Amino acid sequence: MSKPGGRSFASAYRSLWRLRSFVRPYNRQMLVMLACAVIAVAASTLIPLVLEAVVNGPIHHHNRGALVPMFLLALALGMVEAGLIAARRRVQSVAIQMVEREIRNDLYARLQRLPVAFHDEWQTGQLLSRATTDLGTIRRFLGFGAIYFVVDGMQYAVVMALLFATYVPLGAVALVTTLPVIWMAKRFGAGYSHISRRVQDQQGDLATITEEAATGMRVVKAFGRGPLMQDRFGVSARTLRSSSLELVRLRARFWGWLTLVPNITMAAAVLVGGIAVAQGSLSVGALVAFTTLLVLLQFPIIDLGWILSMAQQAATAADRVCEIFDATMSIDDRPGALTLGQSTGRLAFEHVGFTFPGSDRAVLRDVNLTIEPGETVAIVGLTGSGKSSLAALPARLYDVTSGRITLDDIDIRDLTIESLRRHVAVVFEDPTLFSMSVRENIVLGRPDATGDEIAEALDIAQAGFAYDLPWGLDTRVGEQGLALSGGQRQRLALARAVISRPSVLVLDDPLSALDVNTEALIEEALGRVLQKTTGLIVVHRPSTVALADRVALLQDGVLVAVGTHHELMELPAYASVLSVDFTSPPEPSRTP
Amino acid sequence: MSSTSTQAWRGIAAEEVEEVPSDWTGLLRRRTRRLIGSVARPHKRAIVLITIAIVVSNLAATAIPYLVGLGIDRGIAGARHHDYVPIAVITGLIAICALLQALLYRVFVSGSGRVGQEIILQLRERVFAHFQRLSLAFHEHYTTGRMIARLTSDFESINDMFNLGLDTLVNSVLSVVGVGTILLVLDLPLGLVCLSGFVPLYFLSRWYQRESTKAYRVTRNAMAQVIVQFTESLRGIRAVHAFRRAPRNDEIFGELSEGYRAAMSRSFQLLGIYWPGIVLVGNITTAAVLLYGGWRVIGGEMEVGVLTSFVLYLRRFFEPLAEVSQFYDSFQAAAAGFEKLAGVLDEDPGVPMPAHGAPLPAGGLKGAVTFSNVRFAYREGANVLAGFDLDIPAGQTVALVGETGAGKSTVARLLARFYDPTEGKVTIDGIPLEALDQHSLRRAVAMVTQESFIFSGTIADNIAFGSPDASEEQIISAARAVGVDSFVHTLGDGYESDVGKSGSRLSAGQRQLVALARAFLADPAVLILDEASSSLDAPMERLVQSALRTVLADRTAVIIAHRLSTVEIADRVLVLDSGHIVEDGPPGRLLAEGRGHYASLHAAWRDSLV
Ligand SMILES: Nc1ncnc2c1ncn2[C@@H]1O[C@H](COP(=O)(O)OP(=O)(O)OP(=O)(O)O)[C@@H](O)[C@H]1O
Ligand SMILES: Nc1ncnc2c1ncn2[C@@H]1O[C@H](COP(=O)(O)OP(=O)(O)OP(=O)(O)O)[C@@H](O)[C@H]1O
Ligand SMILES: [Mg+2]
Ligand SMILES: [Mg+2]
Repeated sequence: MSKPGGRSFASAYRSLWRLRSFVRPYNRQMLVMLACAVIAVAASTLIPLVLEAVVNGPIHHHNRGALVPMFLLALALGMVEAGLIAARRRVQSVAIQMVEREIRNDLYARLQRLPVAFHDEWQTGQLLSRATTDLGTIRRFLGFGAIYFVVDGMQYAVVMALLFATYVPLGAVALVTTLPVIWMAKRFGAGYSHISRRVQDQQGDLATITEEAATGMRVVKAFGRGPLMQDRFGVSARTLRSSSLELVRLRARFWGWLTLVPNITMAAAVLVGGIAVAQGSLSVGALVAFTTLLVLLQFPIIDLGWILSMAQQAATAADRVCEIFDATMSIDDRPGALTLGQSTGRLAFEHVGFTFPGSDRAVLRDVNLTIEPGETVAIVGLTGSGKSSLAALPARLYDVTSGRITLDDIDIRDLTIESLRRHVAVVFEDPTLFSMSVRENIVLGRPDATGDEIAEALDIAQAGFAYDLPWGLDTRVGEQGLALSGGQRQRLALARAVISRPSVLVLDDPLSALDVNTEALIEEALGRVLQKTTGLIVVHRPSTVALADRVALLQDGVLVAVGTHHELMELPAYASVLSVDFTSPPEPSRTP
Repeated sequence: MSSTSTQAWRGIAAEEVEEVPSDWTGLLRRRTRRLIGSVARPHKRAIVLITIAIVVSNLAATAIPYLVGLGIDRGIAGARHHDYVPIAVITGLIAICALLQALLYRVFVSGSGRVGQEIILQLRERVFAHFQRLSLAFHEHYTTGRMIARLTSDFESINDMFNLGLDTLVNSVLSVVGVGTILLVLDLPLGLVCLSGFVPLYFLSRWYQRESTKAYRVTRNAMAQVIVQFTESLRGIRAVHAFRRAPRNDEIFGELSEGYRAAMSRSFQLLGIYWPGIVLVGNITTAAVLLYGGWRVIGGEMEVGVLTSFVLYLRRFFEPLAEVSQFYDSFQAAAAGFEKLAGVLDEDPGVPMPAHGAPLPAGGLKGAVTFSNVRFAYREGANVLAGFDLDIPAGQTVALVGETGAGKSTVARLLARFYDPTEGKVTIDGIPLEALDQHSLRRAVAMVTQESFIFSGTIADNIAFGSPDASEEQIISAARAVGVDSFVHTLGDGYESDVGKSGSRLSAGQRQLVALARAFLADPAVLILDEASSSLDAPMERLVQSALRTVLADRTAVIIAHRLSTVEIADRVLVLDSGHIVEDGPPGRLLAEGRGHYASLHAAWRDSLV
């Protein structure tokens, strides 16, 4: 169910590195955050030194007066530390959230422009989990992990240098005993990134199942299949839990090893140092200083645990996000694409063949059809013969796989998508409404439409009911328009297409959910619109055929006949598709 | 959040109580606390065990500095006299402590992780189950996006809490209590100075709790809005493309995503005050101890050593507190998630089903349906049905026709118990629908909805949805009856072919056929078909028709159709107009009588055929 993504371990880090372009505008802020973190750590380590100074200075000399400046110094250092933490959080709160927002907006923009074929393949839940969970993971890494990685690295280096300065053999002991950390991190990293990728994919699956359960709620209720959905959800949630537990166990093992390292170093230091002191090559004071420093080495090593976990998760998350940025925009403006200002609406299919991506069955083969400006052609064919596929091509929802489609004799792939779609409006077989106001749904393709134009479109589509909704045109239609009746949805979708005054109007079975009377009214009004507009109408009913000047019969992806309704009525194949004569025997066999 | 004027596109809907009035906070907090308690309770033992693990691990860790001191004092003394036993023993002890500490820490990390995952799993299933129980009316205003937000991103914040820093909480509490006691024992007056730092901390924490609760609540809502917009526009991607909606959507999404950013920034900034606030209080107290302690040492009222220990201990007192602030932050984030979930769990199912419904008659249901005096409104004050009466004897096939928006689907939905009538009753064989449990209701009624929904998966999976226990033969024979087999072989893997996301690899007619096969397989006493063959071509419709004739022979059926060809197999036609039955009778008689609604509809339809 999950999208097979899993690229290599190294590619994950490369993906994370690629996202730096989003961070670049905030490079300064990142540096400020880093500086704040370093100075705050330094300030907090200085405070004990003030104590030393107090003991050695004022107290030693019984000088109460000298106590006050020391007090002020400690106070100042304390305030600096707090102030720097505050400053870092402040900068972080702006910069890091901005980075997250930018990636999210870009991701969304990209997704909206990826072709329909991409969305046929990818589950919304998988996409969603990238835009939410994964980006959150990346944000956390940028805000904490990356910063502390540098701070801790510096701390480790400084402490190590001090250790070596104190006594070289002991320094070597510390270095050697902490080195296995690198090997551990490597082993852990590989396993962790593998599982973390799996967890993220499974989070996407869970979101997908949730989405299906929600959008299919009516069917679930109609068949009382709540328990079945519960099972499916449960399986998915359990799989996610098992993988998360694997992650937890791996983390526990790694973190356990990491906490062991500094203490073993300490044991080794006591042994080696103690013997060295006994043999007189080291002073006791130096050993004490050494062990004190060793405590400071503990933090960078232990922190490595969560920093690395965070980094791995961020890297696989970045990989998942980059999969979207890397998906090919198979339908995009060509370089030097033309903008079509005015269009007569002459639409021609020339030897058009079409196969859905990932399928090996041609849905359309060698389709030739020219629709003159103002002409209307109806497409008639059996279920699954390829009508909707044909209707999706002129607006480039999919691209032809062979041949070409021209608008005003220009290959539509040479036009900018924006201008092409301005001229070609489509009504889909299932009306796609959004949970927005009725008005916003109608003016989807023409935000500048005036009130009169809206009224006219509603009139053509016989959608006067919209005024009677509780808040008129401002009423929200509910998710997918499900708070409307089937016919009401369809009429709004029709109004939406009509209002954009296209030069080519593609209607895919636009009146299937309407009663005969309403249908007749719409046909009359639509007939007037189609006088001036080129029309391509997919029809199942003889009544709608009346709107067309010519009819094309589609059989298994091949246009077998084009002509007027009366001409084609001679063909038994055509007559049977539209026929409602129930005495003729059904024709169930339709092998391709 | 953005102003209302920029959100006009969203339109108006009745139910919008996103912002919680402030006097609710108490109730919300109580409800949230109850939920957290109820999910944690089953894991009480595990929680105690992992707490012990981390405490012991901590003790082992604290023993190490002591052993190091011992090594320096005793070990070296021995080694000077070539007695290496003490130093070896002490090194060994350090190693043992280190091992113990690491081992128990690992136990703690995996233990707390496991408890966290269990809690998440159980809560997830509980919330999902509740979503399933909630009525359609609820889901219609709640929206898919928010349901997804609840089940994914809210849990994210809970997961974070379990992954980040539960041990800091335990550790910090331990050191604060331990060190606090030591401080008081070491020197009472100075100890009291230290503890006085708690007074500002208390107020600071109260302030933080109040503000961050609000901030995180906004975060959850903002995230849900982002998810709603995201899922909706991707589901409607065809319309987005065809109508060049992307730029406007970018704007809208940008606004919502900015809303989330602003909310997150706010919570970041709150912690950005709270955390350094604690550090500041700690540092000021340290400085004060230095001054006051130094003063007293100079005055000879205190030992230098005591002052040194004091200042060293103070670090271990306030630093953990600062760490707790970060844990508290993730706790607050999780609490906001819990609060949302508690809210969902608190929702009334609306159309409640009894756990054990009325017993079904011995021979199974016959399928006599009555609507008596039913009133129904989706929105208060706009009745779709009023005083609606209908009697369908068992075994009858009824066609429901009428203008679009007349209320046909509404009648069907009431019969399938998607909603309960506002007034009146719907019964099957005399049993009110609300007396049936889920299992019996499904045996009683199944419906092909006007919008045929196909799940991701195979064709067979989708058909089997009607009856999950069906054998392969049963699935195939249901499929064959409605003509699914006429196209499955074109799909590569036959019945095991993947239909793609929401059935995107099928044509509209093919989707309807699958939905029909699903209903045939379900084999209910009452079958409802709401525009179930509207996208089929005529020959296919004829095939379905003849299949229906067999299937509906001894079954109650309600068929809604605009194409009157579908109606021809009905025993009885009901014409619905604005929620009222205006005509009722066998189709033949209504046609013969001539002048009625059905006759004129039929005439118009006949005319449309040529
Ligand atoms: N996304 C897709 N991927 C692969 N195959 C597809 C996809 N969409 C449709 N098909 C297949 O292409 C064929 C034509 O589908 P299309 O939707 O064009 O039919 P149609 O003529 O519109 O039928 P209907 O009258 O049922 O709407 C069908 O056999 C269908 O299974
Ligand atoms: N979920 C809903 N929330 C609010 N109003 C609704 C909802 N569903 C339907 N309505 C309204 O109730 C009325 C009746 O709708 P219904 O779906 O029953 O009509 P219908 O007869 O099935 O029409 P059609 O033939 O177009 O499907 C319509 O005015 C519609 O706008
Ligand atoms: Mg179609
Ligand atoms: Mg309806």
